[in-house]
Amino acid sequence: MSGVILEFDRPIVELEEKIKELRRFAGEKGIDLDEEIANLEKRARELRENIYGHLAPWQKVLVARHPERPNALEYINMLCTDYLPLHGDRYYADDPAVVGGIARFEGRPVTVLGHLKGRDTRENLARNFGMAHPEGYRKAVRLMRQAEKFHRPVLAFVDTPGAYPGMGAEERGISSAIAESIKTMLNLRVPVISVIIGEGGSGGALALASGDRLLIQEHAVFSVISPEAYASILWKDAGRAREAAAVMKITAAELKQFNLVDEVIPEPLGGAHRDPVEAARLVGEALSRHLSELLACPPDELPGRRYEKFRRMGDPRIFTSADRN
Amino acid sequence: MLEIFKKQKYVTVNAAEKREIPDGLWVKCPRCSEISFGRDLEKNLKVCRKCGYHFRLTAAERIRFTLDEGTFVEYDADLKPVNPFHSAEYADKLLAAQKSTGLPEAVVTGEGAVDGRRTVIAVMDARFMMASMGTVVGEKITRAIERATEKKLPLIIFTASGGARMQEGVLSLIQMTRTCAALSRHDGRGLLYIAVLTDPTTGGVSASFASLGDITLAEPGALIGFAGPRVIEQTIRQKLPEGFQRAEFLRQHGFVDLVVPRLQLKETLSRLLALHGGEE
Repeated sequence: MSGVILEFDRPIVELEEKIKELRRFAGEKGIDLDEEIANLEKRARELRENIYGHLAPWQKVLVARHPERPNALEYINMLCTDYLPLHGDRYYADDPAVVGGIARFEGRPVTVLGHLKGRDTRENLARNFGMAHPEGYRKAVRLMRQAEKFHRPVLAFVDTPGAYPGMGAEERGISSAIAESIKTMLNLRVPVISVIIGEGGSGGALALASGDRLLIQEHAVFSVISPEAYASILWKDAGRAREAAAVMKITAAELKQFNLVDEVIPEPLGGAHRDPVEAARLVGEALSRHLSELLACPPDELPGRRYEKFRRMGDPRIFTSADRN
Repeated sequence: MLEIFKKQKYVTVNAAEKREIPDGLWVKCPRCSEISFGRDLEKNLKVCRKCGYHFRLTAAERIRFTLDEGTFVEYDADLKPVNPFHSAEYADKLLAAQKSTGLPEAVVTGEGAVDGRRTVIAVMDARFMMASMGTVVGEKITRAIERATEKKLPLIIFTASGGARMQEGVLSLIQMTRTCAALSRHDGRGLLYIAVLTDPTTGGVSASFASLGDITLAEPGALIGFAGPRVIEQTIRQKLPEGFQRAEFLRQHGFVDLVVPRLQLKETLSRLLALHGGEE
């Protein structure tokens, strides 16, 4: 572990440092400290269970944004073989905030897509902090159509604060690019599974999350707008983001309650950033299961099933009316 | 803290209320300050005679200016907003919006005729919480599109929106997908969809059904974009150039087919419906 340590992660990190030190000490001096170490490890596990079992929504936002959380490219590389990145939207440019290409998942050729944030400032500047321009979504559309042509399922990894609110993005039609991406995803005659692996921010996330299945990792979030912006717009106080996160229903468990996601994928104790390999194994297991279900469905029926899925989702008849009388 | 040190609270005058024009009153153009007689302005479809400023319309006015008299039949008039997270703050906002507009929600849908040609129509009313799209706005639009598909009718949506309705969280966001799905079916049946972008069309509405028209028209001067101008200015830390994200700008950049002055809008819609074999 290096760099960023979240405030509530600190006790765990400190305890782990202590265990490491004790191990080294025991090794150097040839003293048997096994029992002490085992005790401390047990405490560390309990601490992790305690802290990560009760993360408040705002803490989940921080975990979801953790710079060491495995990103789309890392999941692609851990879950797939033969990954071949493909570039460009064939209209204007290649957007480094959206990656995609062809790979094999469990031996089967698939098209992979994902938003990509950087790990540090330099990378983030290159990747525009995972905030895509129209080119990113147009590349996604191109790769999705290609996937359909060659009968490859699409696996998409969602992780973005949102589409980029800049001049170039507006001039080149970010709205139209997002709308086309949603429409394309809805109509593909191949299975489409999206996994929210970090931040699912607004329309920019939805553009890659309108397929057959939407899975979300345990500590990932999905929101209509960032908690900071929500607080700033509705309460004129960006400082109340923590409070906003609590009322916005953005955590995996809450989204599942409202049937906005199909499945919550568990994360290793202490979050995906603690154990990326185990996190990837859990994501892979879920992808594999959903993919085999979808592959059993005739491809021509997929768009119709998606329609029914989204028709039921967010149907107002399932909620109580706003009328208070 | 002493009273006098407290930050003074300013009363915000609701711009929408100000725009309401009771018959026979004088109205000031917000752009050129020209004073017009209310009834006269109404006769000019609420376009300033001096500078051409297009006042925002209520849903009722839009329907009156677009459809043949007496042809409008409303859909889902009984559908009321939902408050899925049981927020008292949101419930108050909805009540206030309903009271000031007389509408149950921010969109009015139905069918009617334009010069005798039948069409399904949806009109968003920016006075109602800036026509933000929540569950019921999305549902009403989705149902209207579905009825157009069933009845094999063309569809005209007058868009106006500040974006997704934040108070309903991801349930609002998902309306983008739902409306796009319904439009895909309408599209797949070879039916015509005309999007008319009015002031302002932004956020989740802009990035969903507003951008999927077979033909996209816009009213002069309408603000159209994904991110609001203030958000962009904060991001890039510079002032946006004059006319950025206005209808004419989108026309220039290839995202709008035609900028149509309101006085020619009905005629343009009528011609388009006729060119696509609209039945009389």
